[in-house]
Amino acid sequence: MRAPTAPEMGLSDVIAVPHGWRWDLAWDASLHPRQRVHPSPRAGDNGERRRYKRRHLDLQNRTRDQKRPRMDAKTESSSPDKPAAGIEITPEIVAEHGLKQDEYSRLLKILGRTPSFTELGIFSVMWSEHCSYKSSRVWLRTLPTSGKQVIQGPGENAGVVDLGDGDAVVFKMESHNHPSYIEPYQGAATGVGGIMRDVFTMGARPVANLNALRFGAPEHPKTRHLVDGVVAGIGGYGNCVGVPTVGGETNFDKGYNNNILVNAMCAGLARTDKIFYSAAKGVGLPVIYVGSKTGRDGIHGATMASAEFDDKSEEKRPTVQVGDPFTEKLLIEACLELMAKDVIIAIQDMGAAGLTSSSCEMADKGGVGITLNLDHVPQREAAMTAYEMMLSESQERMLMVLKPGSEPEAEAIFRKWGLDFAIVGETTDTGRMIVTHRGQVEADIPVTTLANSAPVYERPWYPTTPPKMILPEWVPAPNAVLTTLKTMMSGPALASRRWIWEQYDHMVMGDTVQRPGGDAAVVRVHGTQKGLALACDVTPRYVAADPVMGTKQAVVETWRNLTAVGADPLAITDNMNFANPERPEVMGQFVGSVKGMAEACRVLDYPVVSGNVSLYNETNGVGIPPTPAIGGVGLVPDVAHIADIKLKRESDLLILIGREAGHLGQSLYQELATGKFEGAPPPVDLADEIKAGRLVRALIREGKVSAVHDVSDGGLLVAIAEMALAGGMGVELFAYEGRLPAHAIWFGEDQGRYVVSVDPMLAEQVLERARLLALPARIVARTGGEVIGLKGEQPLPLAELKAANEAWLPGYMAGAD
Amino acid sequence: MLRASVVVFPGSNCDRDVQVAIEKITGFPVKMVWHGDASVPPSDLIVLPGGFSYGDYLRCGAMAAHSPIMRDVIAKAKAGTPVLGICNGFQVLCESGLLPGVLMRNASLKFICRDVTLRVDNDQTFFTKCYRKDQVVKLPIAHAEGNYFADQETLDRLEGEGRVVFRYCDEAGEATPQSNPNGAQRNIAGICSEDGRVVGLMPHPERLFELPLGGADGRRMFESALVSVLEPMS
Repeated sequence: MRAPTAPEMGLSDVIAVPHGWRWDLAWDASLHPRQRVHPSPRAGDNGERRRYKRRHLDLQNRTRDQKRPRMDAKTESSSPDKPAAGIEITPEIVAEHGLKQDEYSRLLKILGRTPSFTELGIFSVMWSEHCSYKSSRVWLRTLPTSGKQVIQGPGENAGVVDLGDGDAVVFKMESHNHPSYIEPYQGAATGVGGIMRDVFTMGARPVANLNALRFGAPEHPKTRHLVDGVVAGIGGYGNCVGVPTVGGETNFDKGYNNNILVNAMCAGLARTDKIFYSAAKGVGLPVIYVGSKTGRDGIHGATMASAEFDDKSEEKRPTVQVGDPFTEKLLIEACLELMAKDVIIAIQDMGAAGLTSSSCEMADKGGVGITLNLDHVPQREAAMTAYEMMLSESQERMLMVLKPGSEPEAEAIFRKWGLDFAIVGETTDTGRMIVTHRGQVEADIPVTTLANSAPVYERPWYPTTPPKMILPEWVPAPNAVLTTLKTMMSGPALASRRWIWEQYDHMVMGDTVQRPGGDAAVVRVHGTQKGLALACDVTPRYVAADPVMGTKQAVVETWRNLTAVGADPLAITDNMNFANPERPEVMGQFVGSVKGMAEACRVLDYPVVSGNVSLYNETNGVGIPPTPAIGGVGLVPDVAHIADIKLKRESDLLILIGREAGHLGQSLYQELATGKFEGAPPPVDLADEIKAGRLVRALIREGKVSAVHDVSDGGLLVAIAEMALAGGMGVELFAYEGRLPAHAIWFGEDQGRYVVSVDPMLAEQVLERARLLALPARIVARTGGEVIGLKGEQPLPLAELKAANEAWLPGYMAGAD
Repeated sequence: MLRASVVVFPGSNCDRDVQVAIEKITGFPVKMVWHGDASVPPSDLIVLPGGFSYGDYLRCGAMAAHSPIMRDVIAKAKAGTPVLGICNGFQVLCESGLLPGVLMRNASLKFICRDVTLRVDNDQTFFTKCYRKDQVVKLPIAHAEGNYFADQETLDRLEGEGRVVFRYCDEAGEATPQSNPNGAQRNIAGICSEDGRVVGLMPHPERLFELPLGGADGRRMFESALVSVLEPMS
């Protein structure tokens, strides 16, 4: 995400045009005249998309059937203009690689000649949206990424944050949306594998996995199959590797019918003096390949993930990688064993764009050149071409640069774990990436240019106009509050996710202090009393209505969830899932989202240390709701002083802390009552958030509260009901007698609020402390019994609510609806 | 002094957890033994930990049962060294013939991770002395293949010889169908060898041995081992 500015890179083709509309001149010039006059939402060339879907098979056939492209080293250097022999680079081949005409012109200018087929492949993946962030990087630069807690911000494999005492947490979230839709089990599994590699690459042992999942409407014919496959894939991979999956969120919305989202987050623990980076500093150093063998899977996965879907997306199944969690487990152990010795200079996992991206980034960051001899790359299949090896996204592979002479020691460790170990190249002082295969030079590209010359687009955008506020009175009141509660809690939005998280091993490693189902998971820092708190959140309907406010809300919701367990929020990772950025309204959502995130992170001192952007989540021109998933990480100083949502003590008083305005716009209740989500999302007041957060953390650490829950989806009554269900203890609600409509009080989704359970003796003290901070607080219920009771209404037995809440998902998955 | 060895197969992932549990509970250091080694060092007990040995790409535990170290584990077990197999370790014990039966895919066909209640049916084994017979304990399971199966004759024999150590049960201690998480025959969660020195179980005692993690009922299993080792000396 950390990227040089266009001027720094010597690029002058990015310019800003006044009036809020921005155009990239080169891009503009390449457009069809019709599109230039009228920037339609479908600015992406349809013809290109149609051709694109056949690309993978075409390329495979070509590489197998035709003469391999070759380029004689001497000829190449003496006459750089000479086109590479072998496959002729036609405009159609260029288009099949997802390169626009102007991008190809740029490539020609950089090389000063026609690229070889392998070089074309290398550039196409490096310049794919997935690898280059070409549409998003100008905006990502505006995010706050530093703070005294930050050891490493965006730009490395993952972010690193200080936990004190020499401990550090390494974390990141990454999407595997496109592959998971095409092949849910493997798509999700390899998403988990990839994000874990990003974490242990930096020297951290992965200790917690989370995931943010969005599926289509339950009634959509593919949803059940996708849920089943994705959940099994996440579990199948994480359970085998032995890293607990401790939390996450799952939503259903028709906006994801044709583009599901699978965002996987991983956090690991490292020592601050043992963090490993990817800069290959030094010349003449051995470049080592370790892990699984290279196969033909996942070729062009990054390019696939950078394009929209159409009706034949399933033909892209061959571009989905296949995961092997067992090898990942061995790779983790072998890498951590080697990292304990002092021999690694640089290390990088082979993720998107595989060998190409990892070797290029390591060389670029180290300011060196690199040679790769593909003859030495361990291969799973016979007769692989250079093109295939450079673009393969086979999983569970790493590239390392070692101190010279340490190879035997390193090799012994990898052999012990039964993994491949091969010296495939060395760093050089030429500044070039030279790839040879069977005695032929297959690619010869200046490293810095390859790493940094991806086009940067200032895509045209216009801001989303936030809808007007909905007044509470405009939303009809229910006949009975408690019946409505039961209806809400037994539907897809709020039903228990137990069916999902029971398929994940959430306890392996023996440090899971707080399991899934609460506000945030808490994982003990092994061997200490400290704890990591982790949560991920976003409410896409808020973001869709108002990207700025909605994203601010997503950031503070993670912050509140961490606070509600007693943690100090430290930093976030983000996963920006959006539709086609070439549509100005989508780009506007992205820009608004970044602005909202930036403001919230800055004010809360809660910087962004890593992240991932997934664009083109769109099928046949219909995009997903904007979904900036936020993963928050916090530190619990002592796991003996944490809170959970379970009501535990009879006759406690439940106190609501935070301001009440009865905001029903975009609320779950509004949808139930009116059939749609409308109006502005609930506003976020960051100053109030900070005050309420401080108070709640203090109350938890002083042991004054026996349960805490933040108020989010569904509002106050849902929050209380969740606390009751979790603790198996009923509550008597106190009737509201203020000026707002009662249903807006029970179901309004006002932000910045917590429910805390306190001993009646302490209630006055808690109220007083809120008052001193000018924070509203009031008593809303008393705990005890086995029902949820409210004056004037039929009591709702807890057992009945529990059954309804837990029935929906298993019933749905069993095909009961 | 307690000399415990934990076997590490490639793909084991509860090896550290059980090491930590034994060291914290007994105070004695644990030796980690590599699967490729020819022999286990002299030990008072051997643990086969949970995980996915060799990826469990063949039938669970089938590859591990034929690893070099298992030849020595089998020999030592037959000569009387106590062996505890947890989860994947239980599967390895069955595959290697040290315990009868087999662990099949869960009836739900899904991986299940949750706390379950178990009834202690045998409090006389090397690893269960510190429990009381019929005591109901809470331990977590985390497996996709924990559905214990053996032919009726074997099951009758196991029950007749008191070799069923743990059964899935409800909170009152009744082994009901509803309390059986994986379809195991006769709600069997754990069994032992004839002499009670080899014990295999699907639940993870090492995951609930201290209150901050949500329970401590697993603690007594390791305390039992310590008591069993120390008893003959006193």
